[in-house]
Amino acid sequence: MSTFKQTLRQLLIYKSALIGLIIIIILVGISIYAILAIPYDEATKLWRAGEKYWLESPRNALPSWINIFSSKKMPETIVLDTKKPKPGVSKAIIPVAEKFSNIKVEFSFNYEYDDFPSEINIFFESNHTASVPKLTVYWVKPDGEEIILANLLISKDDRYYISNDEKLARELKNIISKKINKTIDYEAPITLLLFAQEDAGILSPDTVKVMKGNYKLWIDGIIFETNVNLDAKLVVYGKVYGWAGTDHLRRDLGIALLWGAPIALSFGVTASVSIALIQMFIGAVSAWFRGITDNIVQRITEIFMVIPFLPILIMISTFYKFNIWVLLVVVIALTIFGGGVKNYRAMFLQIKEFPYVEASRAYGASNLRIVLYYLIPKVLPTIIPSMVLSVADFVFLEAALAILGLGDPLTPTWGKIIDDAYSNGALYKGLYYWVLEPSVMLAAASLSFAMLGFALDKIFNPKLKEI
Amino acid sequence: MSSPLLHVENLKEYFEIRRGLFGKRGYVKAVDGVSLTLAGREAISIVGESGCGKTTLGKTILRLYEPTDGKIIFRGKDITHLGWKELKWYRRETGLVQQDPFGALPPFMTVKRILEEPLIIHGIKDRKEREERIYKALEGVKLTPIEDFINKYPHMLSGGQQQRLVIARSIILEPKMIVADEPVSMLDASVRIEILKLLQDLQTRYDLSVMYITHDLSTTRYFSERIYIMYAAHIVESAETKELLVNPLHPYTRALLNVIPDPDPSNRFLIKEVPTGEPPNLINPPTGCRFNPRCPNFMKGICDAKEPSLIEASKGHYVKCWLYG
Repeated sequence: MSTFKQTLRQLLIYKSALIGLIIIIILVGISIYAILAIPYDEATKLWRAGEKYWLESPRNALPSWINIFSSKKMPETIVLDTKKPKPGVSKAIIPVAEKFSNIKVEFSFNYEYDDFPSEINIFFESNHTASVPKLTVYWVKPDGEEIILANLLISKDDRYYISNDEKLARELKNIISKKINKTIDYEAPITLLLFAQEDAGILSPDTVKVMKGNYKLWIDGIIFETNVNLDAKLVVYGKVYGWAGTDHLRRDLGIALLWGAPIALSFGVTASVSIALIQMFIGAVSAWFRGITDNIVQRITEIFMVIPFLPILIMISTFYKFNIWVLLVVVIALTIFGGGVKNYRAMFLQIKEFPYVEASRAYGASNLRIVLYYLIPKVLPTIIPSMVLSVADFVFLEAALAILGLGDPLTPTWGKIIDDAYSNGALYKGLYYWVLEPSVMLAAASLSFAMLGFALDKIFNPKLKEI
Repeated sequence: MSSPLLHVENLKEYFEIRRGLFGKRGYVKAVDGVSLTLAGREAISIVGESGCGKTTLGKTILRLYEPTDGKIIFRGKDITHLGWKELKWYRRETGLVQQDPFGALPPFMTVKRILEEPLIIHGIKDRKEREERIYKALEGVKLTPIEDFINKYPHMLSGGQQQRLVIARSIILEPKMIVADEPVSMLDASVRIEILKLLQDLQTRYDLSVMYITHDLSTTRYFSERIYIMYAAHIVESAETKELLVNPLHPYTRALLNVIPDPDPSNRFLIKEVPTGEPPNLINPPTGCRFNPRCPNFMKGICDAKEPSLIEASKGHYVKCWLYG
């Protein structure tokens, strides 16, 4: 224990080790939080859930903290649901005749952002049986102007994608063009047309401004049955979401960023520690027994050394799609007979001649006992630095495989986010956060282990020590 | 002297060497036909210069090497070619004290752990019993107060203390025989006598037989009863300690005795005769008597022609030299 404290004290002399250690502690904290807050099953479920679960979050949204740094305030998502009454939401179903009811739903909200929403959808839920309700949707701008958006016949579980309605877009364009006596000659999205100030600025996407104020969407309709309940939900999708933003499937990137930490750490640490220990054990056995055992082990090692690691891994994972833990086992299995075995063997060949090993034979220690209790403890401290260093390698390896499309497609990892970002042209579309967030996490994880490893190296190999 | 504790007959230990894949095979004949006897509670010394094979002899007797030929009989049982499992009792009956005390101790184990290891290996499962035996052994080698030492690592001990610990480890299984391979050659002169006295003390207290291997004739008289002089893998002379020191017969023994530093200042201008030349190569030893190239009494045509046999010059005094045959 005292040697541990000593090592720690020596370690903290190096600023890089301190920084590395702090980052590692933070990552461990994130991992613990992730595991406690979103259990693994839930996390993978959320990640695989698809659009249905993520209906209320915007596509490709920036992280919301971007608003702190930008003078232009980006819109957040506004959800108004008749099932969850709150100010600005009202619903009334009034029976007018025996088999008729009048329904009136009103949503009103303040829109004070500097940018247009990304999408607008209305979701309907109705328990009618035979006759289909007929609804009209109105839009009221802050200046009081009212527009009919659509006349709808809705099914039991229906939705109206306002922002995808091309007919509506043409109409809106015409209305506005007439008003300002000039034609809008660019592809203006509906979200823009619905929220824009109707002045000369609207003629160019660079000068168009948001009309701030109180908007209203109301629905007027007739239900042709008694005892029918109809609910509507208006979602005005923003352009920022959560602390991490969302991807092309509206998923919260935060989940993958959080869960990336425990997965990267456990992958890296397990791989590096188990590979080092197994290689050491094989090296020790090889050096201790010599003869035929040594010969076999050395030949196997040489075979594995010439097998190209990455191509073989790519080949295996092309044939068998497997999850990340199987991938871990495959990586370990491909590496345990790596070049490290030769290094360890060379060390043990020296150590096995030490008098204390001979003494242990003289009092009857068995071969296995000598390997485990006399040879391995002697080199263990010297390989700790390289063990810590190689954690970074394996964290990167996992990400690299994910980017090559060979990782686990279902587990949320940092590498997987980068892969998604890459295949959806994130950089081309200017969605830098999508690539930068996981990259920063990856770089921080690797850097922290590298800094700690180098400092440990200086302590355990005094030749490298600075004065 | 009833049946001896250890009887070694015509023991040979050859190490194979090969140069290149198709090179000539050769052997280093480190021990070449050595016979000796060790009675219970007896102490013998094996004396010889570096590279004469005395350490190999000790280790081969302990079965740390597989003997090439010959016989080792311990308490009436032939242990020459026993397997590892059958050897376990022999490991318990024998102990080894090595030359370099620091090297002989695993640096990552505490004193307690070092002494516990042989007990664990030999199946003493009761923790209390192990502790008792550790305390007894540490008391035996006078590493007291025990509490001060028990949790230390070898590098925290002085050379003398380290060697005491090595000795404690070698006696913790209460063996019948100890091979002490130059136990004092790496220690300060001031500690040497202490360690030798300790060995002598333990020998009487534990009824031990000791095989003391050294290159220094001057330390043998402290406790050994019989001395074997070894030269180039052969025993060239053996006799009771007193007889050998007073009446050395082999020219090599005489040379060895000659080089012992003399504390008498009146002899300080005496020029000592040191045998010229170097110890022979054990791959291709000289023909005839192996000492012939360096012998002051060299007789041409006899010494370099045929190997002399071991003859009894007087009662219990054996010598391998043409001067007496």
